[in-house]
Amino acid sequence: MLPKAKLWLGLVVAALTMLSTNLQAAWDLNMTQGVTQISRETYDIHMTILWWCVAIGVVVFGVMLWSIINHRKSKGAVSATFHESVKVEIVWTVIPFIILILMAIPATDVLTKAYDTTESELDIKITGYQWRWEYTYLRQNADDEEVSFYSIMSTSREEISNELPKEEHYLLDVDKPLVIPVNKKVRFLITSNDVIHAWWVPDFAVKKDAIPGFINESWTIVEEPGVYRGQCAELCGIDHGFMPIVVHALEQDEYDAWYAEQQENARMTREMANTVVTMSESLEQGEEVYNRTCAGCHQVNGQGLPPTFPALADNAVVTGDLLENIDVLINGRPGTPMAAFGRQLTPVELAAVTTYIRNSFGNTTGDLVQPAEVNSIIQAAQ
Amino acid sequence: MSAAHDDHHHGPAKGLRRWLFTTNHKDIGTLYLWFSFAMFLLGGSFAMVIRAELFQPGLQLVDPNFFNQMTTMHGLVMVFGAVMPAFVGLANWMLPMMIGAPDMALPRMNNWSFWILPFAFAMLASTLLMESGAPNFGWTFYAPLSTTYAPDSVTFFIFAVHIMGASSIMGSINIIATILNLRAPGMTLMKMPLFVWTWLITAYLLIAVMPVLAGVVTMMLFDIHFGTSFFNAAGGGDPVLFQHVFWFFGHPEVYIMILPAFGVVSAIIPTFARKRLFGYDSMVYATASIAFLSFIVWAHHMFTVGMPIAGELFFMYATMLIAVPTGVKVFNWVATMFRGSMTFETPMLFAIAFVVLFTMGGFTGLMLAVTPADFQYHDTYFVVAHFHYVLVPGAVFSIMAACYYWLPKWTGYMYDERLGKLHFWLSFIGVNILFFPQHFLGLAGMPRRIPDYALQFADFNWISSIGGFLFGASQLILLVVVIKCIKGGKKATAQVWEGAQGLEWTVDSPAPYHTFTTPPDPKLIHDQ
Repeated sequence: MLPKAKLWLGLVVAALTMLSTNLQAAWDLNMTQGVTQISRETYDIHMTILWWCVAIGVVVFGVMLWSIINHRKSKGAVSATFHESVKVEIVWTVIPFIILILMAIPATDVLTKAYDTTESELDIKITGYQWRWEYTYLRQNADDEEVSFYSIMSTSREEISNELPKEEHYLLDVDKPLVIPVNKKVRFLITSNDVIHAWWVPDFAVKKDAIPGFINESWTIVEEPGVYRGQCAELCGIDHGFMPIVVHALEQDEYDAWYAEQQENARMTREMANTVVTMSESLEQGEEVYNRTCAGCHQVNGQGLPPTFPALADNAVVTGDLLENIDVLINGRPGTPMAAFGRQLTPVELAAVTTYIRNSFGNTTGDLVQPAEVNSIIQAAQ
Repeated sequence: MSAAHDDHHHGPAKGLRRWLFTTNHKDIGTLYLWFSFAMFLLGGSFAMVIRAELFQPGLQLVDPNFFNQMTTMHGLVMVFGAVMPAFVGLANWMLPMMIGAPDMALPRMNNWSFWILPFAFAMLASTLLMESGAPNFGWTFYAPLSTTYAPDSVTFFIFAVHIMGASSIMGSINIIATILNLRAPGMTLMKMPLFVWTWLITAYLLIAVMPVLAGVVTMMLFDIHFGTSFFNAAGGGDPVLFQHVFWFFGHPEVYIMILPAFGVVSAIIPTFARKRLFGYDSMVYATASIAFLSFIVWAHHMFTVGMPIAGELFFMYATMLIAVPTGVKVFNWVATMFRGSMTFETPMLFAIAFVVLFTMGGFTGLMLAVTPADFQYHDTYFVVAHFHYVLVPGAVFSIMAACYYWLPKWTGYMYDERLGKLHFWLSFIGVNILFFPQHFLGLAGMPRRIPDYALQFADFNWISSIGGFLFGASQLILLVVVIKCIKGGKKATAQVWEGAQGLEWTVDSPAPYHTFTTPPDPKLIHDQ
């Protein structure tokens, strides 16, 4: 072997070794087949069209390449004089048209199935917020507690800013996943509270926009228990890249146990609103709530990103009247990006985060807010 | 006295005044092309920021808000600042010469439609320096992210879009008036070069949809400042209405950026294949069909908004139909090359790359048209790969092909063929390393417009970024080639290319400041 060829071979081998040491999953080339009938049929359509395109490409580019190689002036090619043929034009109009019809038939079939949201066995309302998802299970019985919770990315800001090593499910993990039973037709009712988001889980082939003022419907029947991950698929502002979706599909009995536990938790939360907290408890919980909920806009250091997201440090409201401060948290500031957190956070969390911001970033009001105070304001508003 | 009189009419003024007050189609074409190249570098530098941030997982260089500003400004600057003005520049330079006209029909308006553009883009670019930051809601600026939740700079963005729209509408009126009124005797419609035909149809598209864009940004302006609720659900408005109106503009806009490219390629391939264009008539009809279809496919950008199934099916079928006339065009180009006598100078290389890579973008377009599959592709990097394939090795390559093709006619000198080929090969390799892996990223589930991504997307992202840097850096070669060619080189003949046909090749190189002040000999006008 020539020395030069050896060198090249060595480089190629080295490059391949380098690449193969990376995660195997990193070389996913194709769409997932997923775990539902619809997702598999979607994959089949995708592959059918892909192969049609490859076949057409081989023929068209093949003719072209052959012409480029053989019909070049340097080889003494003399150009022909033909320049039109109605017959040929008709042929290459009709053949693609027939291929399109062949593609459209299965596509229509799958679309019709994907749009049939009737006869669901479980209904879940999904609401998009900047930048979290809320899942609300519609009550099966009149005396059920309403099971409703927020699902927020649990990847830490330190991982994102490269101060901590990234975990396996970097950016794709949440604090509380959506839980559904397998082999049940679950209907999703999808809407938004602020801007447009899109709820997407590739393994279910479900992607639907969450639009304020509209309720979109979609459905799935998951066939295998497991953890399925997705992301918001519509640009929704600064933290668009940081609102993942995680769905746990459980066997029916496990799901039932989980649902019973949620009922119990909902009951407890309602009662918890009357507990009394200490300053240190409140500050600790408040910091956790703040970093998870508020820091995206107001920043971890409370300096905000003015003018859209004002600083909380030395802020007139945060260092001023306590009731006005609580009111802004509960009801938001209409016409600004400040959302209403009255329904997003529990009274305990609202009280803690109010205490935290009024005693952090150099703010020194000394106020300790109790959950009961917040709760009474929420109740009074209703 | 009479000599001074002649100078005044037949030569350009000197210095800055020449460019500020010019009504000469060649000068204005030059202005458009330089402006477009400046915007191409500006928009490209935004893309470099995006690819640098996406080189590795985690946030390294910019914060997510600035990242969103970069994606937004990159899209706006490339679409409205680079691609569209480049084609208007080519139209200005070439249309009058191709149809044997002395100038554009409305020369003063021509001056104005160019000179408002730098102000529009200065205003748009100035938002980067504002306290609120630049627009950060994507180039498609979906409400209510672009209204209720927008940074204050959105008002400047709206005003800039209005000015760009006015510029485009004036440019289109001028092009239509020129083509319909100033053709030389004997230049019947079906003898016009395809570049003229595609621009005529494009100009009608522009006049039809630019007012729609102006309408939608005006509705935004009213929502933001005057208390209306067109797109605000809380006030009884409809956020989806925004998307319908936007894409009624936006889809024809896509064809506005590609039809003139078809015209360019239809001029270059016959020249270097030394063979007449195959199926001229069908090319004209296919262009018209694509233009018509472009008005009835807009909602294929909106398959996930929850339209009724009848709507989804209609827009799927209509979109798939576009493959038919587009296919006809590709087949005609290949048939033109077939049994030709080809040489491969830089314009031909770019034109061939256009046919291959644009067709690949067309294939993914067909895949995206299929609604259930689109549910998986929508808003992922698969879409990013698709539209960059039709816009970069599509529209942008055709513009580069056009520049190399007509540069000797503009400057009077041949460009440096070796540098041109180097530019082509680096661009061709770079663009594929840049965009091909993005298909895989999208299929594997990476959403578009995110500043950071999960670890399984890391490898294709760094590969894509390397391709991006290579492609970006290669474009500086074009600048060198153009400057060298203006300064000198081998003298170009009037014919320039052995196989070139058309009136522009009957005038000297460089083309005199005024051409066809008397109509050309009708015998020079050939069948296409």
